[in-house]
Amino acid sequence: MATESETAMKDERLQKDESSPVVAVNQLHKIFGSHVVLNGVSLSVNRGETLAVLGRSGTGKSVLLRIIIGLELPDSGSVNIHGQNIVALPLDQMGEIRKKMGFLFQHAALYDSLSVAQNVAFPLEHHRRGMSIAERDDRVKQLLSEVGMDGHLEDMPSDISGGMQKRVGLARALALEPDILLLDEPTAGLDPISSGEIDDLILKLQREHRMASIVVTHDLHSAKTIANRVALLDQGNVVINGNFEELYRSDIAFVKEFLKYSREEVCRE
Amino acid sequence: MSGRTVIAIKNTQASLSESLSKPPTSDGFSISRKINGFLEWFGGLGMFAWAVLRAGITPPYEWRELIRQFDNIGSMSFPLVALAGAAIGVVISMEARYSLSRFGAKSMFPATLVYSVIQVMGPIMTGLIVSGRVGAGIGAELASMKVSEQIDAIEASAVNPYKFLAATRILACILMLPLLTLAADASGLIAGWFAQNLVEPLSFQQFINSGFHGATFNEFLPPTFKTAVYGLIIGTIACFQGMRTRGGAEGVGRAATNSVVLASLFVILADVVLVKFILMVFP
Repeated sequence: MATESETAMKDERLQKDESSPVVAVNQLHKIFGSHVVLNGVSLSVNRGETLAVLGRSGTGKSVLLRIIIGLELPDSGSVNIHGQNIVALPLDQMGEIRKKMGFLFQHAALYDSLSVAQNVAFPLEHHRRGMSIAERDDRVKQLLSEVGMDGHLEDMPSDISGGMQKRVGLARALALEPDILLLDEPTAGLDPISSGEIDDLILKLQREHRMASIVVTHDLHSAKTIANRVALLDQGNVVINGNFEELYRSDIAFVKEFLKYSREEVCRE
Repeated sequence: MSGRTVIAIKNTQASLSESLSKPPTSDGFSISRKINGFLEWFGGLGMFAWAVLRAGITPPYEWRELIRQFDNIGSMSFPLVALAGAAIGVVISMEARYSLSRFGAKSMFPATLVYSVIQVMGPIMTGLIVSGRVGAGIGAELASMKVSEQIDAIEASAVNPYKFLAATRILACILMLPLLTLAADASGLIAGWFAQNLVEPLSFQQFINSGFHGATFNEFLPPTFKTAVYGLIIGTIACFQGMRTRGGAEGVGRAATNSVVLASLFVILADVVLVKFILMVFP
């Protein structure tokens, strides 16, 4: 569990965040070689809000998440977390910022030499050093119970399905009680039932924890289920940034094409 | 700290082996490209080593992971190193007996075996065996973690992968190599004596007394402890190759191969320098 001072700091942060964006990216540019991945992307998310970032493959959705958590550096632009620009932040302070964020990787990225319980315990072992072993075990069980994985504590990641791995990844992402949750393709590669279960789980966690969330996905159906707002990226630019009604009413050719194929995909499912 | 350093290293390096394996072109730039690749690799290695050093000396320390690596690198290499040491001891014993007999210097056999094993063969053989076993293991493990985003996940959990993954493995290599060398030396001497004893009975007491007669610590400690440098080389190169891997299963294989090849090469080159250095400092 978080220490008293950490809890107090978090409460203070949350009060402040009710009125100001928790995550705000401004004019982000990123180029790999000659490929422009992000071309002046600006987005923001408030506490309790979920933003779905949609777009074709290779339009920089995952890169955007990686920049927000500091795994990539932008060529220019700023990333403000609780009002603090983390792009110019000294490297040792970046760790403190990351403790406020949970990240679910596209393929879960569980540590394959550790059991399910050890994976979830990993952030706690490193950042809750005052926690006793019994307290840590209880917290791990609670987190795994929240994501419906309480019967798999000793399983290895290779022994569980892709959907289960995502659930464990989600439990690990929530271990430090983050204010910000970043989800990279949470339903990619899953069957419709598992996708629906993951969506329901994310929705439940959102209601309980009221985090600011950014979900990168191709899956419009999933995005509609879990997000309040949507941003559509095309060739490194944000072409829509608003609610789903705005998306459906848009006359932009790319948006219409994206919706056409997304609907077909939903029908096929 | 690590995210940006990883990016910087990723962006500024080209693998030595990759650059060496590029087909030569007729445009006259291939040599300069190879030299650039070589220098970039060294630059990247230097930046990596600096990042690991800075992360490694900053508390809190990763004691549990370090102990796990002692076991991985030390205990698990012990049987292989001891067996190889015994084989080398037997070979030296047979060769020395034959050569010394030709010159009527059979009484020199114990000293020849002791000096050959402890000063020359034990350290370099341990270095090369650990390069193969541990270098490939670390290179493949970290490369696999890299391509499956596990290293990114460690960073995203606000844990420094240079400290957690690299510093622990490099330190374990540095500390375990001299101990493994002692194990290789001991098994080499015992096996060499045993081989000699089968042909021409000689008590172990006599063998040790005669072999170490007039010997000083300066003759035996530096060759043993120089293997800590081999450990530094093996650990650093294997972690560097693993953590900068790109490109799926092929990248993992390449990282493992490059780790072994480069670590072995640099261990041999370091041996040349260290032998000269030891002879100068401990004449």
